[in-house]
Amino acid sequence: MSKARLMQGNEACVEGALAAGVRFFGGYPITPSTEIAEGMAKLLPTVGGKFVQMEDEIASMGVVLGASLAGKKAVTASSGPGISLKQELIGYAAAAEIPVVIVNVQRVGPSTGQPTAPSQGDVMQARWGTHGDHPMIALSPWSVREAFDTAVMAVNYSERFRTPVILLMDEIVGHLREKVELPEASAIEIYPRRKPTCSRAEGYQPFTPDKDLVPNTANFGEGYHIHVTGLIHDDTGFPIGSPKITREVTKRLHEKIDIARDEITHVEEYFMDDAEYAVVAFGGTARTAYEAVANARKKGIKVGMVRLITIWPFADKAIKKIAEKVKGILVAELNYGQLVGEVERVVAGKCPVELCAKYDMTIFEPAEIEAGIDELVAGGKA
Amino acid sequence: MERSFEKYFRQNRLPHLWCPGCGNGIVMKAIVQAIEKKGLDQDKTVIVSGIGCSSRASGYMDFDTLHTAHGRAIPFATGIKLANPELNVIVITGDGDCTAIGGNHFIHGCRRNVDLTVVLFNNSIYGMTGGQASPMTPTHKKATTAPYGAIDRNFDACRLAEAAGATYVARSTAFHVQHLTDMIAGGIDNKGFSFIEAICQCPTSFGRKNKMADPAKMMMWMRDNAVMKAAWDKLPDDKKTEEKFPIGLFYNESETDYATAYNEVIQIAGGADK
Amino acid sequence: MNSEITIKLPRCKGCGICVAFCPKQVLAVDELGKVMVVNADACIACGQCELRCPDYAIFVDKKVKA
Repeated sequence: MSKARLMQGNEACVEGALAAGVRFFGGYPITPSTEIAEGMAKLLPTVGGKFVQMEDEIASMGVVLGASLAGKKAVTASSGPGISLKQELIGYAAAAEIPVVIVNVQRVGPSTGQPTAPSQGDVMQARWGTHGDHPMIALSPWSVREAFDTAVMAVNYSERFRTPVILLMDEIVGHLREKVELPEASAIEIYPRRKPTCSRAEGYQPFTPDKDLVPNTANFGEGYHIHVTGLIHDDTGFPIGSPKITREVTKRLHEKIDIARDEITHVEEYFMDDAEYAVVAFGGTARTAYEAVANARKKGIKVGMVRLITIWPFADKAIKKIAEKVKGILVAELNYGQLVGEVERVVAGKCPVELCAKYDMTIFEPAEIEAGIDELVAGGKA
Repeated sequence: MERSFEKYFRQNRLPHLWCPGCGNGIVMKAIVQAIEKKGLDQDKTVIVSGIGCSSRASGYMDFDTLHTAHGRAIPFATGIKLANPELNVIVITGDGDCTAIGGNHFIHGCRRNVDLTVVLFNNSIYGMTGGQASPMTPTHKKATTAPYGAIDRNFDACRLAEAAGATYVARSTAFHVQHLTDMIAGGIDNKGFSFIEAICQCPTSFGRKNKMADPAKMMMWMRDNAVMKAAWDKLPDDKKTEEKFPIGLFYNESETDYATAYNEVIQIAGGADK
Repeated sequence: MNSEITIKLPRCKGCGICVAFCPKQVLAVDELGKVMVVNADACIACGQCELRCPDYAIFVDKKVKA
């Protein structure tokens, strides 16, 4: 029987990961994500899992990839500078198709920035932080309960698509304490580790894509003698300097996510039925945006809110639909303006898109977003 | 007669890409012969390598193999070993990979005493990128990035490993093939972090720059300058000239390995039967 | 001839290590840069060539008497 508990977003993230079957964590202390490592250190051994504090962020990323290849669902967590350091191996996970979840509890950057102060400045880093063409899935919760739920989703997607998934939290949600009731284990759907569908004798190749374009790569130690590399490789797993294979592999890595876009792009709408204006927000900022929208409604403004849970892949469909319906969109984000570019790309001039940006190490006040709504309704900034 | 070690190679990947006379092939053979000697289960043995000439070895070896990123073999290997302690994990790395970009991982792997067998192919140079100086290029030797001779002092990776907490530390050379095989086999036996430095020749990038382009001559240099540890210990200091170096088993101590220690954590936390 | 020398020619890169360490000058590198046996009778099957061949291209077995 589940009981209501007072819990922090970072703690809920730990609970969610464990509920999704995570049994390995490698990390390095950094605020404001440290509680995740601390929670893992405490709880993982209680379920027979393992926690290891590594010597640096790069090692933390490497150790979880090793553990995942050996068959354990694995997570690492960090913030700002730490996530920057992990980038090379996030790309490795994308190239070698290794399931792994990276939690980023965002803080103010660049560089050391404003430690522990909230920010949502890693939107584009989540998408493009590592070099080269690669797909990315990033999810962003707005509540403690949703930190649990998105942690489960992140682990499931990493396994389903054999790709790195970024749980793009922010300090607001990470350190937020709320009363939550977590679901029973039986109510949680878990995507199991994919398994080879044939034997070595039958010609098994570890990177041959299944119908959903995702390979059923064996774990180490199962007798398949697979080779895993960050070099572009063909279905056998071995590197090959071929333009054709390079093109095909790059395309497949993107398409395996693209064809499942509707399944993984989660968006929630509030007050949108009769809305003439929309506020687009995500993560901790969406909490403030919700109140701002509710306040504006009280003033008689027909405004609604669209909340992105999935940041990447971007919710093109949902935003396009909104753009056809409303007179204007306000994007509220705790940075100099990142997500707004994506919204503008999708809206493509169908309606005005305004930015409500904040980047002073403090969170939004509802009045600030309300002012943005007022400006939008009044016809945009002067 | 077909040699029994051939079964540890992916025959369709040979011949390997290393230059004529490169010592990497000799060290790779010593590793599989050590594996054979110790009777490791081929299905339960994982070869993990970094990036560089030496690290291409993993692709030729018929096990589960992992060619990681530059310098990162030890963290990946640590994850594999802790996730599934029944696997034998052997790490192949080079002097640049292990002691420059991967230096921090190296010392912390030693400190944790993770049960890995790490074989460092020391050819004193960055071969794959064309002959730049590494932290193990001897002082005064030439490299493309040290055209007037290296002024950096070079690491003694064995002393570094021992100081950092490795529980098995040995050195051999590509000339001393059987001895090298024995040193690696001893490392496999040790339950903890085992480090074996295998000095090997890079005639192309190191030799040519340092008046030793003939691989056989480089191996004769190993023969003439390596001194077995027991003899080295008795050698007067004035005989320990710059070119001379000791080989053999330098250190071997039994300490609890990381996975075993963590099992105690799981016991205390009550997760043993989970 | 006391020995049987097997050469896997596609593997040989002609580095000359086997030639240099052969105590009986049995081997040479030919014009095409591959190892060749030039004095088979002199081979004492010591295996020095096989031991240090970096390319697993040469193998020596003591001849089993029929």
